[in-house]
Amino acid sequence: MSYISFLSEHGSRFIDGALITGVQFFCSLALAAVIAHVFGLVMLSSNTVVKSFAIAYVEFFRGTSLLVQLFWLFYVLPLFGITLNNFLTGFLAVGLNLGAYGAELVRGAILSVPRGQWEASYALSLSPAKRMRRIIIPQAIATMLPAWGNLAIELLKSTALVGLIAVPDLMFQARELNNSTYLSTWTFGTALIIYYVSARFLITPCMRRLEKIMARRMGRA
Amino acid sequence: MEDLTSYPLELTGPDIPMVRFLNVRKSYGELIVLDNLNLDISPNEMVTIIGPSGSGKTTVLRMLMTLETIGGGVIYVDGKPLTHMPKNGALVPADARYLRKARSSIGMCFQHFNLFPHMTALQNCMEGPVQVLGLSGREARERAEELLMMVGMIDKKDQHPSRLSGGQQQRVAIARALAMRPKVMLFDEVTSALDPEVIGEVTNVIRDLTTRHSLTMLMVTHQMGFARDISDRVCFFFGGKIEEQDSPDELFSNPKSKRTQQFLSAVKAAD
Amino acid sequence: MQWDWEFTAEILPKMLWATVNTLMAAGIGYVIAAVIGLLFALAQRTPFRSLTFIVREVVEFIRSTPLILQIFFVYYVGPEYGLWLSPWVAGMIAIGLHYAAYLSEVYRGGIESIPKGQWEACTAINLTMAQSYRRIILPQAIPPSIAGMGNYLVSIFKDTPMLSVIGVEELMQAANAVGGQNYRYLEPYTIVGVIFLIISLTAASAIRGFEGWIRRKLGME
Ligand SMILES: Nc1ncnc2c1ncn2[C@@H]1O[C@H](COP(=O)(O)OP(=O)(O)OP(=O)(O)O)[C@@H](O)[C@H]1O
Ligand SMILES: [Mg+2]
Repeated sequence: MSYISFLSEHGSRFIDGALITGVQFFCSLALAAVIAHVFGLVMLSSNTVVKSFAIAYVEFFRGTSLLVQLFWLFYVLPLFGITLNNFLTGFLAVGLNLGAYGAELVRGAILSVPRGQWEASYALSLSPAKRMRRIIIPQAIATMLPAWGNLAIELLKSTALVGLIAVPDLMFQARELNNSTYLSTWTFGTALIIYYVSARFLITPCMRRLEKIMARRMGRA
Repeated sequence: MEDLTSYPLELTGPDIPMVRFLNVRKSYGELIVLDNLNLDISPNEMVTIIGPSGSGKTTVLRMLMTLETIGGGVIYVDGKPLTHMPKNGALVPADARYLRKARSSIGMCFQHFNLFPHMTALQNCMEGPVQVLGLSGREARERAEELLMMVGMIDKKDQHPSRLSGGQQQRVAIARALAMRPKVMLFDEVTSALDPEVIGEVTNVIRDLTTRHSLTMLMVTHQMGFARDISDRVCFFFGGKIEEQDSPDELFSNPKSKRTQQFLSAVKAAD
Repeated sequence: MQWDWEFTAEILPKMLWATVNTLMAAGIGYVIAAVIGLLFALAQRTPFRSLTFIVREVVEFIRSTPLILQIFFVYYVGPEYGLWLSPWVAGMIAIGLHYAAYLSEVYRGGIESIPKGQWEACTAINLTMAQSYRRIILPQAIPPSIAGMGNYLVSIFKDTPMLSVIGVEELMQAANAVGGQNYRYLEPYTIVGVIFLIISLTAASAIRGFEGWIRRKLGME
């Protein structure tokens, strides 16, 4: 059997899997972005209670492993009567986990906005919310975008774990196909290449563009 | 490739210069930095290069230290080619091994000292002797301590560079270079990065070297007074060429070239 | 569902025993990664353009594809070519190579952060290339890399649960086995999470301490 005929026979499964991976990617990215911003900001708040909660969240999700979190959500939550479907569990675990990493990025980026900017917005007597939204966050976003590019790739790679709880993503399809055809090089190799191409030729260029756009908006280019 | 057949395999005769630049050229892309440079330096001579920024002064030193490749011509050190090696009766560009052997007679001090930050002053001075010359730890230590004594840094021998002032670091750097027992020492603006009040401690060390050691020295400096004091000869560089060279008294008090005059009066005005 | 302390006490020794395997897997994987990563980094600094290019691309590929898939690939592809690797060997190769790619970037950053003047000083006292790296460049490149290297040590530890997918007997595998035998997942997965949390938090603070110590020791404060 040639690789071409292998692809024409099984190609659709790779496509199906890649689509699921794509949806998982976007759902978990959105979740991670929201979590990152909420917890990143809360970590900087002066209210010690919410602040400690945010720090605990971040330390917890960064300190335990994603796979452990995924299995916990999948096998343990139902015991408490909370049953989520596989798909939801998958991107929830990935988003919660990567969101914790993102929160650190947000925190760092906001802290890196020069003091002068804070002082200038005091001088304009902007309200704290306005100051954050109009002055600080736009600058922070520009600084942290490159790091988010890396995080997005980590996130794409992390979605491969959801195949382990039977979400039919790319990794899952490759594994199933391997179990039925025993053509390991082709099945896993094809999946690896699809991940690689997505990371290197879709996500990276998109993030670069976004960085350029932000830089231009900030008058840095 | 350049025809090297007209260049001698080694220099012979009664007065072999310690360093000879023979038709040396260097360019970066379009920019010609050295344009057919010819310069001889006799044994034990102290030659100073002065000139405007970008005239190629540093490049001359860096080529002699083999930090830059040569664009044309040949450099000889102690009668033997430095940048090239003889092969089947002709000169060919030197390979890494030949270069390494050939440059062992040259030492250099840099504007920004470039001491090894993770080693103490003493370790900095022992590194080359132990690793390259194969001296025993004891011999290397004796040599290093003697040199640190000479540059007045023996008290600080166990300090890391980050704990030393600029002038102190530069003196250690001089000791480090001397520990390799070079025949030719190169100084590239060694006082430019220093605070005015510590320049003296470094120039005094260099001044000592001219009297106490049989060393050939080539120095780039912006300190005209110092150059005049200690040099045997001063070369004024302009646009990658030697515009004028003479004894310091002659060159400073009686410059012939228009450009030299302009440069010197501009420097004087700035002081 | 109630937490069962008796069951916890019963399975805890087994879990702790498996933790030793997890630590061993992380340790071995890290040593492989540290050595191969250095080779990757140095290979990218040689004047041989094609070698540099190939290594660069390999590193990019490894970094942009999921570890879980790489583990499957290494484990299942060998037998296709008559090379049967045990789960441990396959797992160590996969995780070692994966993190070698990351560590090579850390080393590269460290080496590139060394000012050019240091190389020139090496030439001026006539050190060989090998001596320059060994005596001057790497000792300076390593302290600033320690934070990065330490983070990857913690990461590799947190990724070891993935080795369970090919049957390496580490903590996750033990939890799966215990859970499957007793139809109780709450305790085993929670224990895994707690063990991971304790070890990675301890490791992270130990690494911070170590970094400070090595900087002081090299007089680079
Ligand atoms: N690596 C390089 N690439 C391109 N151009 C270079 C490089 N190094 C030096 N040059 C150029 O070569 C010319 C001569 O440089 P050089 O450093 O020798 O000048 P200099 O006389 O030492 O000047 P200064 O007094 O400022 O130190 C300058 O125009 C410089 O810009
Ligand atoms: Mg210069």
